[in-house]
Amino acid sequence: MNASARPTPQAAALRDPAWAGRVFWIGATLVLLWPLGVATEFRPWLLLQPDSLRVSGHFMASFMPPAMAPDFLRLVARETWRTVAIATAGITLALCIAWPLTLMSTRVLSISALSGRMARGPFWLRQGLRWVLIVLRSVPELVWALVFVRVVGLGATAGVLAIALTYGGMLGKVYGEILESGEAHVTEALLRNGGGRLQAFFYALLPQNAAELTSYTVYRWECAIRSSVVLGFVGAGGLGQQMDNSMKMFNGGEVATMLLVFMALVALADHTSAWLRRALG
Amino acid sequence: MTTPKTHLMPPPLFDARCKACWFTLGLIALVVASFWSLDLQWAQFLSLDAARSMGRFLGEFFPPDLSAPFLAKVALGTLETLAMSALGTGLAALGGLLLALPASRLHATDPARARAPTRLLLNALRSIPELVWAAMLLISAGLGPFAGTLALAFHTTGVLGRLFAEAVENAPPGPADALRTQGVGTAQVFVYATLPQVLPQLMSYTLYRWENNIRAAAVLGVVGAGGLGQLLAFHMGLFHMGKTATILGAMLLLVALVDALSYLGRRLMSR
Repeated sequence: MNASARPTPQAAALRDPAWAGRVFWIGATLVLLWPLGVATEFRPWLLLQPDSLRVSGHFMASFMPPAMAPDFLRLVARETWRTVAIATAGITLALCIAWPLTLMSTRVLSISALSGRMARGPFWLRQGLRWVLIVLRSVPELVWALVFVRVVGLGATAGVLAIALTYGGMLGKVYGEILESGEAHVTEALLRNGGGRLQAFFYALLPQNAAELTSYTVYRWECAIRSSVVLGFVGAGGLGQQMDNSMKMFNGGEVATMLLVFMALVALADHTSAWLRRALG
Repeated sequence: MTTPKTHLMPPPLFDARCKACWFTLGLIALVVASFWSLDLQWAQFLSLDAARSMGRFLGEFFPPDLSAPFLAKVALGTLETLAMSALGTGLAALGGLLLALPASRLHATDPARARAPTRLLLNALRSIPELVWAAMLLISAGLGPFAGTLALAFHTTGVLGRLFAEAVENAPPGPADALRTQGVGTAQVFVYATLPQVLPQLMSYTLYRWENNIRAAAVLGVVGAGGLGQLLAFHMGLFHMGKTATILGAMLLLVALVDALSYLGRRLMSR
């Protein structure tokens, strides 16, 4: 190689040394994305067709001004409260499901495990209860809601039950993880000296982990408010159901009002939960 | 006259200065008000009649429809769900990166005038759930997976944009400052100094959201936005219970698989 073919120092400084690699990876990504686009019928240009533009333009235009009729605002206020109430009632029932299952499935409270290995019976009982929690958690709340709407009819009951089951599973699983991740010395000391499991729980395990447990519960309550709006779309009452109705009637003004109320509600729940969790330390 | 032996008594249960007491009272009031104001039909739910109809409902799930053509349809729905989540997350990662730049203060003297409005936009995108986006987008994008993909992309753009902006602002400023003092332009500083530093973090956020989005995409279809959810809503609406059972099984399998893979992946990476 002779000296003239070598790039001048200036050009070498400007050239990106990893240029070929970058171009290759961008190309590879695009090739990989292609089948995904086909599978999802990804055709953005359809959005720009005249009749589609007309419909969406019409709908978007009707967002302004948001509906502000007193009757409608009263309805929105009532449904907003119902949304919060569904989430709160759901979380309360979820706690009723989660706590007994957590107490029965946590390994820290095992007496037979004190002597090394857990006995076979309790081990499989705990493992079985864990599986119950995982199954409860892994069915999405929307699916539970669809099922319960069939059984108990449209309305808040289906939403409360759906949240109770899914969040019961989630809370139970995470409570178990929190209890098992902490220091077990105090609990063990109580159990070794003849304390009962409940005593060990209330005097050792709970005080150690109370802040973390409460903070997680508050966070899940915030999530439940969000999901209770979503559950309304399958007929489980609250703000979501009203939103669905207004969307089906292409009433943009009402949708806009409810979206604003919903965002305010989520922001409020967000702040309340952040404040509570900070206060808990 | 003897002084009362207060130290032998338990502390009073309620004290107006005790914040925890007020908090507990408020909590109890909220719970009671919630149960009282909702017209919950426990009688209907816990009655013998409801138990029977629940039993019949569950009984109809058996046998699940496992015929080859229907299984192929479910497999296609599962692929569609995966494709929706992947493409939605990919679009969101791009959109999030584009919005994260105006939403972050790139260096100490950056006026960052667009920071507040862009963050407001990101918050708005994020606070509307995927399903609500999907229901709205159905109007312009029509029934099918396209609306679902866009819905996932919009919501996730809000989430990722905010996380990306935090990552960009928290990146060590040294390399970027070094380039900037040499007179290199803003875009090049970002691409060659800031981006390589935060890229691993951005990738891990994106992968995490992808995992969430697979779960979301599975149910998104119940409003008509494609994937397994749309199949589920369709067959449940027509009372094809055997088929519904198969779709539910596929959904649970998908979610369990994603959970297991992400658990394994995290175990492998954290080792």
